[in-house]
Amino acid sequence: MKLTTLLTSAAMALGLATAGVAADKTKVGFVYVGPVGDGGWTYEHDQGRKAVVAEFGDQVETVFVENVAEGPDSERVMTQMALEGADLIFTTSFGYMDPTINVAKKFPNVKFEHATGYKRSDNVSTYSARFYEGRAVQGTIAGHMTKSNVIGYIGSFPIPEVIRGINSAYIHAKKVNPDVEFKIVWAFTWFDPAKEADAAKVLIEQGADVILQHTDSTAPQAAAKAAGDVITFGQASDMSEYAPFPRVSSIIDDWAPYYIARTQAVIDGTWSSKDTWDGIGAGMVGIGEISDAVPADVKAEALALKEKLASGEYHSFTGPLNKQDGTPWLADGETADDGTLAGMTFYVEGLEGDIPQ
Amino acid sequence: MDLSAINPVLLIASLMVAATPILLAAIGELVVEKAGVLNLGVEGMMIIGAIAGFATAVETGSPLVGFVAAAFAGAALSLLFVVLTQIALANQVASGLALTLFGLGLSALLGQSYVGIRPPEMGQLYLPLLSDLPIVGPILFSHDIILYFGIALTAAVWAMLKFTRVGLILRAVGENHDAAHALGYKVVRIRILAILFGGACAGLGGAYISLIRVPQWTEGMTAGVGWIALALVVFASWKPWRALLGAYLFGGLTVVQLNLQAAGVAIPVEYLAMSPYIITIVVLVILSADKSSAPAALGRIFHASR
Repeated sequence: MKLTTLLTSAAMALGLATAGVAADKTKVGFVYVGPVGDGGWTYEHDQGRKAVVAEFGDQVETVFVENVAEGPDSERVMTQMALEGADLIFTTSFGYMDPTINVAKKFPNVKFEHATGYKRSDNVSTYSARFYEGRAVQGTIAGHMTKSNVIGYIGSFPIPEVIRGINSAYIHAKKVNPDVEFKIVWAFTWFDPAKEADAAKVLIEQGADVILQHTDSTAPQAAAKAAGDVITFGQASDMSEYAPFPRVSSIIDDWAPYYIARTQAVIDGTWSSKDTWDGIGAGMVGIGEISDAVPADVKAEALALKEKLASGEYHSFTGPLNKQDGTPWLADGETADDGTLAGMTFYVEGLEGDIPQ
Repeated sequence: MDLSAINPVLLIASLMVAATPILLAAIGELVVEKAGVLNLGVEGMMIIGAIAGFATAVETGSPLVGFVAAAFAGAALSLLFVVLTQIALANQVASGLALTLFGLGLSALLGQSYVGIRPPEMGQLYLPLLSDLPIVGPILFSHDIILYFGIALTAAVWAMLKFTRVGLILRAVGENHDAAHALGYKVVRIRILAILFGGACAGLGGAYISLIRVPQWTEGMTAGVGWIALALVVFASWKPWRALLGAYLFGGLTVVQLNLQAAGVAIPVEYLAMSPYIITIVVLVILSADKSSAPAALGRIFHASR
């Protein structure tokens, strides 16, 4: 009896103690679509998480779950995080959009941040980066560098974010090289190294000497290296282990400032739902070092474009531009509005093939 | 649409690479099933082979040593299956599934420090004159040695099952273990050897993915190849050459559909993406319309006292 009482009170004391600690700390959860070691997309989100830890130290506690499938399983993971007392949860893949909204309804006091989506509510913010600005720089380099005039593009899923990237890269490759042709393969996965490698090999066999990827692993880089005379760009992360060749540059996502700012907002109690869409100018999209495999004049041109994008002097989607079927989209000098870009489901004129439904 | 962009020679050469992991795993499983054991742990043994082969190749700098290690690792994991099903007489289906789950988890743990590393490259076979031949050279004479090993293994297993006494005993154990036991054959010992062989083959198949086909290590990188190999064995009616055909058909269609996409063929991508599964199954089902059937003792537990 005495022992039981002792144990109970000890347990209660312990429980109180834990609760006390938990109340002091802000708990931040991260849901990842791939492994943190993918060297690409998820890796950069985890760098952002580490930056939060470095910034706030003991003030915050971070948890993450990797390899979470898009769909019902992600809902389970988010619910679990919310039940374990997370104050702020970052869900870092497009396919988590509906699950995030569903779970957010059940936990009105927990703040959610969904990457690359467009559905918001009182406790769900969205954030994304204007990757298409980076694609414009890539397209410029790719258009100059290709000798076969065939550029291969590995798409993941036919969603606006990916289609924007294809359009932006194509427009700028075409601008510097009117003969350029894009071959697009849809992998229907964010992360499957074997499939990504196969897709890259197929594109190379069909004459592509530049490979752009919108999937997360470094497998296409390895395939390009094996082919010998093919250049690639790092996706989401620098992928510098393949520099200076085949990887000649990269788009780097830098989530750290955003993650720190939003965590700070939760700590201060000033968090509110909003939509953030930053590009090169705000530092959310970085251009990895352009390697010496690129001629100096091309490099200078790419960097000049980067500067103009950063300052806002130039927009990646500036008219005159037509849609694939030839209908006019943007008049001369007109730039695309964010609404159209966010829901982009069409190719620009010159691209071949249909977008899968 | 521009079909001329597809180079048939390179297409055939790369489909052979895509098919090899499936082929290796399927041939191993075929021997296991011929001995009357159903091991559903192929996927688990493959992924263990993938990480063991990758880690060993990185540490020693030799892909070949990696492949040897992968075979041993696959066999070692199958030893767990042996203990469960041949000694503890546990249910083979449940044990096999457990083996897959265990293999996937263990490989993720073992592989944590190997993410993002590049493995040493496996040299390709180069025969002066032969490899330089047009068309035939790239298709037949300029692959890595493991690919040839896979084909040789298929031939060896076929010959072993059809012509040798060892093959006869193996089949006897798989068809009727009580009769084989009555004749004095060590049923359990023969099955254990078959399971170990299957494990080694699956391990090799896994390492082929992590060392040659991709080549890098990432968690869960076998992505269901083990299950495809299992299905192939059944649809191939437990015949080695049909397993080879099925593997090449599947690997081929996987590569062809990507090629068609890149060439801009006007077939919806979704249909292209599912075509490897459907066409492989249909072809093998049509082929298996003859009388061949599963080994009679497949999946049954043997205990000498009965």
